[in-house]
Amino acid sequence: MLDQADTIAMDVPPEADSGPTRAAGEEKKIKTTGRVTVNKPIITARDVNVRYGDKHAIKDVDIDIAYNEVLAMIGPSGCGKSTFLRCLNRMNDTVDIARVTGRIELEGHDIYDRKTDVVTLRARVGMVFQKPNPFPKSIYENVAYGPRIHGLARNQVELDEIVQTSLRKAGLWEEVNDRLEQPGTGLSGGQQQRLCIARTIAVSPDVILMDEPCSALDPIATAKIEELMDELKENYSIVIVTHSMQQAARVSQRTAYFHLGDLIEVGETERIFTNPRHKLTEDYLTGRFG
Amino acid sequence: MTTPMLALVLLMLIVAAFEAGRRRAFHVAGNEFRSLHSRPRYYGSYTALWCIIPALLLLVLWLSLKEWVITSLVIAELPAALRSQSPGQLDLLVNDIRNQVATGGAAADALPAVAIAVDRYRDLQWLSYTAMWVAVLSAGIVGAGLAWRRIAPQFWARNRVEGIYKGLLLVCSTIAIFTTVGIVLSVLFESIRFFNAVPVLDFLTGLEWSPQTAIRSDQVGSSGSFGAVPLFAGTLLVSFVAMMVAAPVGLMSAIYLSEYASSRVRATAKPMLEILAGIPTVVYGYFAALTVAPMLRDTGAVLGLSVSSESALAAGLVMGIMIIPFVSSLSDDVINAVPQAMRDGSYALGATQSETVRRVILPAALPGIVGGLLLAISRAIGETMIVVMAAGLSANLTANPLESVTTVTVQIVTLLVGDQEFDSPKTLAAFALGLVLFLVTLLLNVIALHVVRRYREQYE
Repeated sequence: MLDQADTIAMDVPPEADSGPTRAAGEEKKIKTTGRVTVNKPIITARDVNVRYGDKHAIKDVDIDIAYNEVLAMIGPSGCGKSTFLRCLNRMNDTVDIARVTGRIELEGHDIYDRKTDVVTLRARVGMVFQKPNPFPKSIYENVAYGPRIHGLARNQVELDEIVQTSLRKAGLWEEVNDRLEQPGTGLSGGQQQRLCIARTIAVSPDVILMDEPCSALDPIATAKIEELMDELKENYSIVIVTHSMQQAARVSQRTAYFHLGDLIEVGETERIFTNPRHKLTEDYLTGRFG
Repeated sequence: MTTPMLALVLLMLIVAAFEAGRRRAFHVAGNEFRSLHSRPRYYGSYTALWCIIPALLLLVLWLSLKEWVITSLVIAELPAALRSQSPGQLDLLVNDIRNQVATGGAAADALPAVAIAVDRYRDLQWLSYTAMWVAVLSAGIVGAGLAWRRIAPQFWARNRVEGIYKGLLLVCSTIAIFTTVGIVLSVLFESIRFFNAVPVLDFLTGLEWSPQTAIRSDQVGSSGSFGAVPLFAGTLLVSFVAMMVAAPVGLMSAIYLSEYASSRVRATAKPMLEILAGIPTVVYGYFAALTVAPMLRDTGAVLGLSVSSESALAAGLVMGIMIIPFVSSLSDDVINAVPQAMRDGSYALGATQSETVRRVILPAALPGIVGGLLLAISRAIGETMIVVMAAGLSANLTANPLESVTTVTVQIVTLLVGDQEFDSPKTLAAFALGLVLFLVTLLLNVIALHVVRRYREQYE
């Protein structure tokens, strides 16, 4: 499975690359600075365009996501980073007017292919939202929801085990193991968000997408989630959209900077923050706008 | 010199008062226009309101008391012999006097004392009219004048006017409340009269309903029997059949419209569904009686079942159809109130649309849906027209929807239709039934609103 992914990765510098599927003669408006490819990508996105009606929200974005990395996507509000994130598990399908073109592959399989089952895709590419959104059910049922609909457990014992493991991985087990039957909505904001992470982990995805997961949380809860992301990347690839540049610097290995629907610059997080090459990236990082 | 004429004069007075107040505001402000606390039109409104409110209060008071005052004055002047009659006969006499006044003077064959009274009545009436004009107009003028004199740059007219508006709105809202209280009390008192004749327990637990009572004491037979259980059972049966139709169909159409339908389908389907709610219940009634009931009877005949031509099933089915838009629009609101974040969370875990509906949206919306269904039940119980036409009149105590049953509302209608005396247990029974109906639907509504409200707070 991994070998197949290898063959799709491109080791060509992006500056010289116009993308495999781009129509000839169509000029890319803004060329991404830095290397968009990685050696062993789990997800490769090429020429991704998103339009909401007349609005062109994402313009010709190429980027790879590696195994076991945290990729941070930053940029001013409305730059399209959340929109791009939602392309990766086809959450844009629920928006009537959204139209996605281009090619996004998960381990070599086109996720927008007719033959791709969106249910399976979303089980493999989980998502955590900006506002914690536990279901109005018990803590246990919140975590058991995914395993139940996908039939991951053959019996109650296995289900209990999945729930416990997921809550442990999400660092919530110690806090809630004595009240699993209480409603998930009764937890604090930070606990709710970790419950949502546990819920996502329970279906054992390969990739976890996080859309500003800490923006509704206080600093202590934020620190816990960031710590958690560091542990989770041992087993999962994580893509996080964040408005906090410090957070991007703390948790990610690579950072992508979006501006008005264009992917401006991608690179090692340390390099981006210490030595941004593109003027727009530098302006944003030094607080000149955004 | 009629009352509408007076209203017209008052209207002109208001306009004049408004204008006078406004001008005075300009006048007292002089060149220092900005020194006025409120804008000039507030001073005008203040003057106008002080003109109209005392005048109207006095007018209403006068019109409601006039008759009583004149009558008592006339009675007081009657000869002692006439005055000392029984109250009933005195009432007749007063009515006679009023009739003669209305027809233009004392009748030729009237007693001299009565003829004097008629003349006196006419004089007093004329006096009252004149006095009313004078009193009402002077009240308006005095009120406006007092207000006018208070106008000064530092007078807070705006706040006063707002205060008066608030008071007017309060009065209007209390009218609705007092009306409700009045209706409840009148039903309650008539019911108490009924329960003096028929014990409460007999009424609530009796199994026999046959409200024919003897009109004269020498009549035999129909002693009347007021056991309302068959009516309650019939009402419940019809409502049950109605809910069996309305709950699933309404709920599922709400789910389709809010979760599955594209915005184009929703834009046409929703108004279409709401047209159902606009059909008069009378139309549903003859649809039930003339189309559905015969159809059911014929179908029953084919299947070898005996279906009464006025069956609980026919009435219930049509009532169910009538309630569908009610259930679906309430459920639709509740389902739409479930935050999009819940759907996103479920979809992001790879749930299908129907899994999301079944496992997330419906459980989250359930309290609200239950509340909506309770409201629908209370409508079904109180529905009258369809059952009058399609359910029948015979008070059968049965659970078989193919038989004819009768409901509380049908019986209220049949008890009160036509010429009736309103002091026999037969007609008073209608009030007792109405009271039970009122209490049951009130209880259902209170529970339903409570449930719905608690649910709404959950996501805020």
